[in-house]
Amino acid sequence: MAKTLYEKLFDAHVVHEENGTALIYIDRHLVHEVTSPQAFEGLKLANRKLWRPASILAVPDHNVPTTDRSAGVAGISDPISRLQVQTLDENCATYGVTEFKMNDARQGIVHVIGPEQGATLPGMTVVCGDSHTSTHGAFGALAHGIGTSEVEHVMATQCLVQKRSKTLQVLVEGELGLGVTAKDVALAIIGKIGTAGGNGFAIEFAGSAIRGLSMEGRMTLCNMAIEAGARAGMIAVDDITIDYVKGRPFSPKAELWSAAVAYWRTLHSDADAQFDAVVTLNAADIQPQVTWGTSPEMVVGIDGRVPSLDMAKNEVQRADWERAYVYMGLEANTPINAINIDKVFIGSCTNSRIEDLRAAAAVAKGKHIAPNIKLALVVPGSGLVKAQAESEGLDQIFIAAGFEWREPGCSMCLAMNADRLEAGERCASTSNRNFEGRQGQGGRTHLVSPQMAAAAALAGHFIDVRTFN
Amino acid sequence: MQAFKQINGLVAPLDRANVDTDAIIPKQFLKSIKRAGFGPNAFDEWRYLDHGEPGMDNSKRKINPDFVLNQPRYQGASVLLTRENFGCGSSREHAPWALEDYGFKVVIAPSYADIFYNNCFKNGMLPIILSPSIVDALFTQVDASAGYQLNVNLEAQTITTPGGEVYTFEVDAFRKHCLMNGLDDIGLTMEQQDKIKLFEQKHQLAQPWLFK
Repeated sequence: MAKTLYEKLFDAHVVHEENGTALIYIDRHLVHEVTSPQAFEGLKLANRKLWRPASILAVPDHNVPTTDRSAGVAGISDPISRLQVQTLDENCATYGVTEFKMNDARQGIVHVIGPEQGATLPGMTVVCGDSHTSTHGAFGALAHGIGTSEVEHVMATQCLVQKRSKTLQVLVEGELGLGVTAKDVALAIIGKIGTAGGNGFAIEFAGSAIRGLSMEGRMTLCNMAIEAGARAGMIAVDDITIDYVKGRPFSPKAELWSAAVAYWRTLHSDADAQFDAVVTLNAADIQPQVTWGTSPEMVVGIDGRVPSLDMAKNEVQRADWERAYVYMGLEANTPINAINIDKVFIGSCTNSRIEDLRAAAAVAKGKHIAPNIKLALVVPGSGLVKAQAESEGLDQIFIAAGFEWREPGCSMCLAMNADRLEAGERCASTSNRNFEGRQGQGGRTHLVSPQMAAAAALAGHFIDVRTFN
Repeated sequence: MQAFKQINGLVAPLDRANVDTDAIIPKQFLKSIKRAGFGPNAFDEWRYLDHGEPGMDNSKRKINPDFVLNQPRYQGASVLLTRENFGCGSSREHAPWALEDYGFKVVIAPSYADIFYNNCFKNGMLPIILSPSIVDALFTQVDASAGYQLNVNLEAQTITTPGGEVYTFEVDAFRKHCLMNGLDDIGLTMEQQDKIKLFEQKHQLAQPWLFK
């Protein structure tokens, strides 16, 4: 029978299935400092051991400072953050887990380093106590976020209790315009189906525009599947996937490489596979996107305006929008390109890879941030991305343009460390969530692509990167 | 995990759609390495007028009198009535931990985000899905009568209003079984360890590169 990619991946990992509940085997478990301490503690209390320590790769990313780290973990000024990072270090040492510690050159955001190391491979099941684990689906993997109880469950049993998701195919056909990125595609999809549109579904992104994306772009897109409500997003394996994976530290070596590739080539939906739902977008219609409100679905094109209440689809949305106007300090019908900003954040598991930094640097080159910009941060996704960017001189472009060039981590995407917005401050951010308080209590977040963030930094307000310059 | 069978609970209404887990428990409290103690910081940014940080004495903070859960009539609530897509965003299990620690045993909404929904069951909490029109009706009833309580019976899969109306809800049989008996998932899965080992051997033969 013809199968979707999701069905192939799920079926290949079923240990046991009964009455619609399956036990599925997990190949890769990524761990960070925020959602793991209680899981390790649970193991300890129950006197359980790790089922397969080699399946785990750990890294501190949420709490780490992005400024000077020369004093090591002891130098983290917030004592509670410091304890959490120390606890990860101790747990990994106790349980024999591979960890890239804070000052390891390979440290970075968990969803950047997994693929970078080849620790994420096509065909894998990948979990992490973090909702943006959907990122790894870009490799034709079944990847999704889990809670801490499930982190403990996977540690102890190498398995997860799962029900099968419904399948949603999102087709993006045609060619993206110049200056339109995977981030804009993700936001346009969320604008169309809503943040609950993917609830209960695993999304497969397909179509010629998706096939045309680099792996970095595909990761950005799958990363935001969760913002559409879908735990998992995925894209079929092709040459672009295989070329990216080849030669990475954890990738299969010579003798196993061809066998692996032969299997990976089967990781696509069969031509006549049936999806439970299909949504289609025309790539040429997608503009650079800017969110205006407090949910990723509150999004419009750069040519657009803050929508008015009469455009709301029902009473619930009307109430949501009214609250969002107040929180965001915006009125209906305000043109997006008339919105001034205070801070800029280029980073996060959505947009902190080398391609993102190159794109932002290309916009910023030879220019300077506007006088009203209080802070413009560039936070590379990993130590290796940072080193690569520096070897290309991107750091110097950013610094000359007035941006700060920082150490890798989650940073102002969720502001668990010192990088944050103050109340009322407005930010152009390449991250993934514009919820109330996400980047700091009272902070106002507008989600954009790296190019659009860089252009906004230079102009001091949102501006169409396609005509900027 | 504590077993859940049946409760009579005071209902508190949170009339917002898309309540995200950042709102349920803001990020600064995620620095804790413990599972307990998140209740006083549930909905922190809505609930208090000042900015909350871990380690503060919450009893000394200024509460926001406009926030619905702060109203005297909803103190002691154990049923949270809310709108669609509740618990969206981050996978943080600190969200159900915070709600549970606050005192909620049941959430009622037209829909939930998948990860949050799943996390509730791991913590002895029952997330119930009812149709938008029933949820609407419940909001009206809660608003109209102080001390409004619902009887939630997991075994019968029913909710009974003070007026005697009975609504049924769906819940997955396996999740229901675990919740009613307070069963530890890990213990149950460990009973299948022979199957897991067998699968692992087969999997390693088929994809040896995964085990290098």
